[in-house]
Amino acid sequence: MSGHSNYEPKTGIERWLDTRLPVVRLAYDSIIDFPTPKNLNYWWTFGGILAVCLGIQLVTGIVLAMHYVPHVDHAFASVERIMRDVNYGWLIRYMHANGASMFFIAVYIHMFRGLYYGSYKAPREVLWILGCVIYLLMMATAFMGYVLPWGQMSFHGAVVITNLFGALPIVGEAITTWLWGGFAVDNPTLNRFFSLHFLLPFMIAGVVGLHIWALHVPGNNNPTGVNVKSKEDTVPFHPYYTVKDGFAIVVFMIMFATFVFYNPNALGHADNYIPANPLVTPAHIVPEWYFLPFYAILRAVPDKLGGVMLMFGAIAVLFVLPWLDTSKVRSMRYRPTAKLYFFIFVLACLILGYCGGQLPDDHVIPGLSTFTLIDADLNSFVWLSRFATLYYFAYFVVILPLLGLTETPLPQPESISAPVLSHPANAPAGAAASPEKRG
Amino acid sequence: MLRKGIALAAFGLAILAAPAALAAGGAAPVKHVEFSFEGPFGKFDQAQLQRGYKVYREVCAACHSMNLMSFRNLGQKGGPFFDPKYPNPNDNPYVKAIAAEYQVKDIDSETGDVIERPGTSADRFPAPFPNEPAARASNGGAMPPDLSVMAKARHHGPQYIYSLLTGYQEPPAGLKVGVGQHYNPFMAGDVTAAWSGPHDKVPPGGFIAMAPPLAAGQVTFDDGTKSTLEQQAKDVAAFITWASEPKMQERKAFGMAAMTYLLIFAGLLWVSYRKIWKNVAH
Amino acid sequence: MRPQTKGSFKVADTVVGANPDTHAAGDDPNRRDFIHIAAAVAAGGAVASLAWPFIDQMNPSGDTLALASVEFDLTKVELGQQVVIKWRGKPLFIRKRTGAEIAAAIKDDTADLRDPQTDEERHKPGKAEWLVVIGTCTHLGCVPTFGGGDFGGWFCPCHGSHYDTSGRIRKGPAPTNLAVPDYTFLSDTKVKVG
Repeated sequence: MSGHSNYEPKTGIERWLDTRLPVVRLAYDSIIDFPTPKNLNYWWTFGGILAVCLGIQLVTGIVLAMHYVPHVDHAFASVERIMRDVNYGWLIRYMHANGASMFFIAVYIHMFRGLYYGSYKAPREVLWILGCVIYLLMMATAFMGYVLPWGQMSFHGAVVITNLFGALPIVGEAITTWLWGGFAVDNPTLNRFFSLHFLLPFMIAGVVGLHIWALHVPGNNNPTGVNVKSKEDTVPFHPYYTVKDGFAIVVFMIMFATFVFYNPNALGHADNYIPANPLVTPAHIVPEWYFLPFYAILRAVPDKLGGVMLMFGAIAVLFVLPWLDTSKVRSMRYRPTAKLYFFIFVLACLILGYCGGQLPDDHVIPGLSTFTLIDADLNSFVWLSRFATLYYFAYFVVILPLLGLTETPLPQPESISAPVLSHPANAPAGAAASPEKRG
Repeated sequence: MLRKGIALAAFGLAILAAPAALAAGGAAPVKHVEFSFEGPFGKFDQAQLQRGYKVYREVCAACHSMNLMSFRNLGQKGGPFFDPKYPNPNDNPYVKAIAAEYQVKDIDSETGDVIERPGTSADRFPAPFPNEPAARASNGGAMPPDLSVMAKARHHGPQYIYSLLTGYQEPPAGLKVGVGQHYNPFMAGDVTAAWSGPHDKVPPGGFIAMAPPLAAGQVTFDDGTKSTLEQQAKDVAAFITWASEPKMQERKAFGMAAMTYLLIFAGLLWVSYRKIWKNVAH
Repeated sequence: MRPQTKGSFKVADTVVGANPDTHAAGDDPNRRDFIHIAAAVAAGGAVASLAWPFIDQMNPSGDTLALASVEFDLTKVELGQQVVIKWRGKPLFIRKRTGAEIAAAIKDDTADLRDPQTDEERHKPGKAEWLVVIGTCTHLGCVPTFGGGDFGGWFCPCHGSHYDTSGRIRKGPAPTNLAVPDYTFLSDTKVKVG
């Protein structure tokens, strides 16, 4: 909670600085003394992991920018020069490329945590919205970054996404030409993408600052969803959570290192090692894996403008989530029905991701030929995408609003410290009506 | 809760691996062949790289450029002609001798004329054609792709190169092969339009403009290795893999040190974490 | 109540126990136990070892180092003439000195020199006619021209530094002699610089 500061400057220099610019006090209050709920589980470590990912991307990115040449004739070769001739260039490049994927793995887990534990609910609506802004900025940054190596996927991915804006009525074509700086994706496009790709992460850092500020006003949510009632419910952030976050970060780094050192191109696409050729389109244009769910939603709609609207709508619906969920109970630990719908939602997202990487007309179950219903081959990825997209929107616009009004939640604990009730499994034998399975 | 999360994560990661399977575009799955550089402890076999360079130089370089490679790369650590006595590849006598075999265009510093001079280790590999239209004109309209990063530009690159080079076969009856084209089951493509047989038995693969480039005994190996088609294909695939990623060995060695350090570090943090939280009900 | 396991750690099986008891023996989380110090040192070590690649990437890269040495064919240089080539981004003077120039240089070995060096120290043994120097004035980096100045050698027009026939600074603001790079004779007619 943003409350009284316990910081006491010890040395003369600390006192001098504290009266002029209380940065040490700010750091002490935010990272050392900050009262944090004592029951946070490992799903809460991803905020720290994300901060480290941002730092890694910034540092590796700035260093890469010392060697990269943002010109269509030199971009591809400059990246390969980094890989071959720049000292440790291969390490820095692979860290940056795989770091982007790690960043998205962490952000999706972080967001799913927020959805499950109701972290978006009052009074944390602005915190959630700032998070959505960060997510949008991340997607823009990642999209532009992938264009920079100027491989086949870079180029044709840029063509596809910039062409989407042409779907907008009246202004679409003008906007697309304006984005391109020409009549097609070419050198002006590459140059401005490099400039913006360099700029946006610093904006992300700024919004992250706001995000942490917005978090520190009400304080962290916790797995019970029950507010902190007293000092007994909390522990100081240092050393309890600095070390726990540190451990989680190192485990995350082990996963990161496995990709960087042993399978650095696994999350990319081989076609991006073919220099961009505007005259030859790759057989399967696919975006990077973290965009696949949105790509599936885009292709689910037969109409171009409809697909664009629905794709952006899938992100827009996140912004208004705090007002869609009517439940008075925060954490889905105590909302058994909602929990079930949530897991189906996660499954729908994974299915959308899978569909995004497939050809729309390919069969989902190979061998099982047509399973037609009114001339539609239901055994196709485009139809699977449609069902999954339907569930995606239904979850936010229908299920969550209705569930809050109709479901009967489990009894929630009085406080975080009440250990008997803080976890359904701890309930003494006779207390609850039915034995709950540990979630 | 945690178990569900881990199960979901595993499912998610399995899905990440899935898109790879469909990328081939109708080509047959690549042949199984093992290379010394595979795996977390893989290393390039210097003798194999030398043989592979010879195959590239004598067969492939007639049409395929390797524009990102310079002669000095041949002498750097991990490369085919690396000699610990010459840590600076510019001094390596093999590299200098190989480079000097080629005439490189340059400008005379006194007259400004275009002249030709023997190559030095700093020069790039000479390209067989000065530009793309010239390359296409000499190859029936097809562009022989640059091989500098070919092992990274194809899925399962090293195995793909080996499979393609050893995979040429007579087209099955019912497959019409165009003039200047050849059938190869490992080439990405779709031959449905040229197939007159049963619709559910379309042969895998596609048409490639390159005629089978290798034959048994075509390149004699200086170390006496038997020059079979498979051997030449394997060696040139290894060479192209090295050229695509010369730092692979360094990457894996660094990785070993990094993973060891991270595992120990994680262990220390785990114990530290348990000690700090021991007395807190959570 | 049976002890619960959540994930892989146990919930404390005392009913109370909300506050971390800082006075229990050895359990103050802020105590500097060995394990915490070890973890902190490991963190520092990770940061330090990761810092080196990021610093080293700014050092000259492979392709820059490839042009670090150059071989030159001396048959191009006439007696009493110099050739200027570009080496490591800077001009390099390769001069075939006449007997008179060599004699003048040796004569001044004992003169009052700002940067004392004998002529012998500035060429390879037995190859006194070949003088190889970096053509950058040691004052502020302009390129001196041969044949100006008062000492028969080079003259820098920027601020008036005079060098003699051995490339030694004789008059003017430059602090040191024209630099002699690392070079070796690969044969009588070929020299490798760098």
